[in-house]
Amino acid sequence: MNRSGLTALGLITFLLAGWEGAVRIWTVPVFILPPPSLILKTAVVQAPMILPHAAVTGAEIVLGIVLALATAIPLAIAMFARPVLEKALSPFLVASQAIPVFALAPLLVIWLGYGMASKVFMAWIIIFFPITVSLVQGLKSCDPEYRTLFSLMGASFLKTLTLLYWPWALPRFFAGLRVGVSVATIGAVIGEWVGAQQGLGFLMIQSNARLQTPLVFAAILWLAAMGMALWTLVGTLEKKIITWNT
Amino acid sequence: MLQITDLAKYYNGQPVFSGLDLQLPAGRFQVLLGPSGCGKTSLFNTLTGVTPADEGTITWQGQTVPHLGSLCAYMHQKDLLLPWFSLMDNALLPARTRGRDMAGARVRAENLFSRLGLDGYESHRPNQVSGGMRQRCALVRTLMFDRDLILLDEPLSALDAITRQRLQHLLLLLQTEFAKTILMITHDVDEALLLADDIFVSSSLPMTLIRRIQLNQPKPRAFDDPDLLHIKADILAHLVKGKAV
Repeated sequence: MNRSGLTALGLITFLLAGWEGAVRIWTVPVFILPPPSLILKTAVVQAPMILPHAAVTGAEIVLGIVLALATAIPLAIAMFARPVLEKALSPFLVASQAIPVFALAPLLVIWLGYGMASKVFMAWIIIFFPITVSLVQGLKSCDPEYRTLFSLMGASFLKTLTLLYWPWALPRFFAGLRVGVSVATIGAVIGEWVGAQQGLGFLMIQSNARLQTPLVFAAILWLAAMGMALWTLVGTLEKKIITWNT
Repeated sequence: MLQITDLAKYYNGQPVFSGLDLQLPAGRFQVLLGPSGCGKTSLFNTLTGVTPADEGTITWQGQTVPHLGSLCAYMHQKDLLLPWFSLMDNALLPARTRGRDMAGARVRAENLFSRLGLDGYESHRPNQVSGGMRQRCALVRTLMFDRDLILLDEPLSALDAITRQRLQHLLLLLQTEFAKTILMITHDVDEALLLADDIFVSSSLPMTLIRRIQLNQPKPRAFDDPDLLHIKADILAHLVKGKAV
């Protein structure tokens, strides 16, 4: 393990030990703050019950990501190809981010129901923006001298896009995607809080109401693990695809 | 033969250049030399069709053309290789973007690779080879444009003396071995002196040709050639005068 990894591991061990010690020394009731050891135990022992919920939330997030990619990529390319479109759409994009997702969640449940659709939509709204913005920026960052080279080669827009602009934009695209997947869980969980019959957000609300605090934390732990898994997956994919940026 | 007649470009009603006349006989290496800020980029953009000319005509081999965008190849001081492609794929770009016969293009590129000492490096990425190799690969790509006219954009500026010497030899190959007609636009006097058959000195804004110098010194040339130093002094005097007007 490298130095930064060791530092991170040391820091987390220190924090968890402090937490565990404090809870035991001051005998804090479990329903207020359970010790990390109990949370971990709950997360493992209750896994058969938690996993189906995690699967639902995971599916919502993944569908949200897929939907966001399917819409953000064409839109970003269109905005790049037609600057008029970018000027016209930018205010709407910013506005869509200025509205708190929390405010939309109840409406989305009314419109799309208690099922997965409203949560997928929530995740989509959240992920869509960073991907679109970073991809447009990435496409626009292409060096004008390369553009001149391609125009003198008589390359069509499509050829220039696939051979030049797209690979050029990939590092920024992945930066946006990483931000997107790391906040995607927020959208799905808020959707589940407002109205759902399954999912980790639903499990958290239910357990919270029954003062089953260790289970709330266990659900958060699973959620965090899913978020990190997605982050790692995107990072691995990025390293596999962008082999030249060293 | 390239003939540029009465070419003009205006920006907000002010001429960047106007009444610009240039003749490039086939196979010659001609340099347009002006002070920085003389409208070099504007002229370049007009010639390549990035921005259309406001007045004047461009004639290539007897045919009047709107611009040289589809007639010339482009070489820059930076190698402009794409880091995500191998050297061979970079060299094949001109063929690929035009959807040409790829098998034929590959054979040509392979021949050029071995002519320029790049064989064995076809599948290397640009970041895996030296700066000199990248420049040789850029030269192969320039030749793969398959065009008789080459526009050079300050190819030797901002290079150290050794790289400059090496690239000078390389650029001269365009003329001596591949019989290209070359127009270089630059503000770098040394660069012009090392490469040119003819130097056109221009004043700045509006860009006007104020002096034409023919150089008969054999190439490759050395920096410290007394004849060249003499000419350099003359050019610098003109550049300073041109700028003061």
